[in-house]
Amino acid sequence: MFNFIQHRKIWYIISLFVILPGLFSMVTRGFNLGIDFIGGNLVEVQLEQGVKIEQVRGVVEGLGYAASKNVQESGTRTYLIRTRELTEEESATLISTMKQKVGDVQLMRNDRVGPVIGREITINAILALLIAAALMLVYISFRFEFKQGLAAITAILHDVLVVLGIFSIFQIEVDSSFVAAILTIIGYSINDTIVIFDRVRENLRMRKKGDALVDLINVSLWQTLARSINTVMTVLFVLIALYFLGGTTIKTFVLALLIGVTTGMYSSIFNASPVWFDLKRLEKKATK
Amino acid sequence: MRWSKLLSIAAVMLAIVVLGITAAVPLPMFKNISWLPWGNQTILGLDLQGGVHVVLEAKDTPTSKVNEETMKRAQAVLERRINETGVSEPIIQRQGERRIIVELAGINDPEQAVMDLIKPAYLEFKNELGQTIITGADLKNALESRDPGSGQVEVDLTFTKEGTSKFAQATAANVGKNIGIYLDNKLLQNPVVQEPITNGQARITGYEDLDEAHTIAILLRSGALPVQLDVMEKRTVGPQLGQDSLNRSINAGIVGIVAILVFMLIYYRIPGLIADLALIFYALVVLAIFIGIHATMTLPGIAGFLLSLGIAVDANVIIFERVKEELRTGKSIRSAIDSGFKRGFVAVFDANVTTLIAAFVLYFFGSSMIRGFAVTLSIGILVSMFTAITLTRWFLHLTAAANVVKDPRYYGA
Repeated sequence: MFNFIQHRKIWYIISLFVILPGLFSMVTRGFNLGIDFIGGNLVEVQLEQGVKIEQVRGVVEGLGYAASKNVQESGTRTYLIRTRELTEEESATLISTMKQKVGDVQLMRNDRVGPVIGREITINAILALLIAAALMLVYISFRFEFKQGLAAITAILHDVLVVLGIFSIFQIEVDSSFVAAILTIIGYSINDTIVIFDRVRENLRMRKKGDALVDLINVSLWQTLARSINTVMTVLFVLIALYFLGGTTIKTFVLALLIGVTTGMYSSIFNASPVWFDLKRLEKKATK
Repeated sequence: MRWSKLLSIAAVMLAIVVLGITAAVPLPMFKNISWLPWGNQTILGLDLQGGVHVVLEAKDTPTSKVNEETMKRAQAVLERRINETGVSEPIIQRQGERRIIVELAGINDPEQAVMDLIKPAYLEFKNELGQTIITGADLKNALESRDPGSGQVEVDLTFTKEGTSKFAQATAANVGKNIGIYLDNKLLQNPVVQEPITNGQARITGYEDLDEAHTIAILLRSGALPVQLDVMEKRTVGPQLGQDSLNRSINAGIVGIVAILVFMLIYYRIPGLIADLALIFYALVVLAIFIGIHATMTLPGIAGFLLSLGIAVDANVIIFERVKEELRTGKSIRSAIDSGFKRGFVAVFDANVTTLIAAFVLYFFGSSMIRGFAVTLSIGILVSMFTAITLTRWFLHLTAAANVVKDPRYYGA
């Protein structure tokens, strides 16, 4: 039987290999923040007739509304226009000017976020993440043990960093639903971890004298492996269907979940239990 | 083989199928029953039927400050303006000290609706030619009173400085004629000008009683927004995008669910079939609960619901894996089912509680759209635990007791 725990250094290295470039990108380039965080308008329109994207851009820039990354094609004859924050009158002017210059337009959506709201969303996002992590730590300490809680939080941190890193490296735009995605990923990842720890807890109760902890954890991992894979498979079915067939406005949300659920499975098998094992070893060394 | 058990199984399957068909399929024989298919009773959010969600914040104006009273008046004005448009089930909500959230669903031009909503004044005084003389912005106050001498009930109007001069001019030009008072383009009152009014104080008389005057005074006062309302956040979804999102979500949902059903069947065989039935039952129960509590289904809400399917399956997967293990230790099918459930459920419970924690935190910190996601996810998790330990378990036992399938291999062992 392949021993997951004995090879844990390999898993740690793989994790670092994925996380470090992401961290580097986060520090040097940051994120491609959407209007939810920095304020502005996001207007999506569908044109009656096909025109060149430059024409659409020309209208937006001609009015002096443009933001740095302004117009992008989002589908057949549909365009996403990012602008500075527009008043209601300015929004109406944008649409009427487009009607004059590029033919009839259908307004698909128009999101307006003021700078104050942007700040509130950011603060709430950070608060939510911290509170969720703290509550989970408390619950796991209560049902399992504190060190397993720490190990589970490490695995969560791993998943969050992987997703954040990938979004930073590829400069995928993040909006407030991204925060929801991160919290959901946390929920899923910890769900996976808990099922494994539950098995460890049960096996610990039936542990015979002389059974090495490393083997016990490894057996537990093997016992839950089929479930870990199957569960992620079913969730991935849904997510892949949502990504390719689902509503366009939740695409990045689903993408974040796809990455997060996959890395969540990895971290609960290859990070959470090995980290707990290492924490246990440290404890033994300290008492000796 | 036990026929009574087999019959029970058939009955449950039939019930689930009937429930499913009445929920989703628009059969011709349902045509006269308005609530069928009952799945259509789901309330759709703004992002699925088009509409607008807007957060307004009140700002002080030179003439009035933001306080509890002006906020209440502002809210009343918004309510009246919205009622005029005939939007069904609008949401108008105070948030904090100076914010009002408005949600309007299913309107054709949400952008125009927002503009109309935050217009400072809708109150207009017009001459007989229909020309606007002054607007609600020129009106400072309107109070009902009873003249102590004559006992006559009247509404006293006080104009702003600008309004005073405008009104003086207009009344001078219209002596003996009517000046109509229009609120949102509806004639409220049509008093006759008796003399030019230059001091900025006008009286309207001819009311039945103080109550009537009071109502008119409130309308006049609230015709104009007492404070300036600024848009802090606005999410407009055109009807076309809403419809598109809804269709796409339904498609994605069907593909995702079918993929899960097929996978479970292939991998877990007999228990897989049972899990599939439990999953369909689960989806119907969740849908019924959403309708029952009048939850609004949003795009993130659908995503949450579909993800909860994953969790619901997971509960079954965990338990079946346990049952399989128990079978391998040589236990009989029935005792393997029992101990498998007992052991598996602890894991399911702890795992789901932690996911629930994430969902609750999302609910408290999320915007309204994200809340929809948190609600569906939470309901999904709770219902999934319930169906896993009740329906799936009972069904597995029935199947085992029916003695049709004796070979443990069909239970995945």
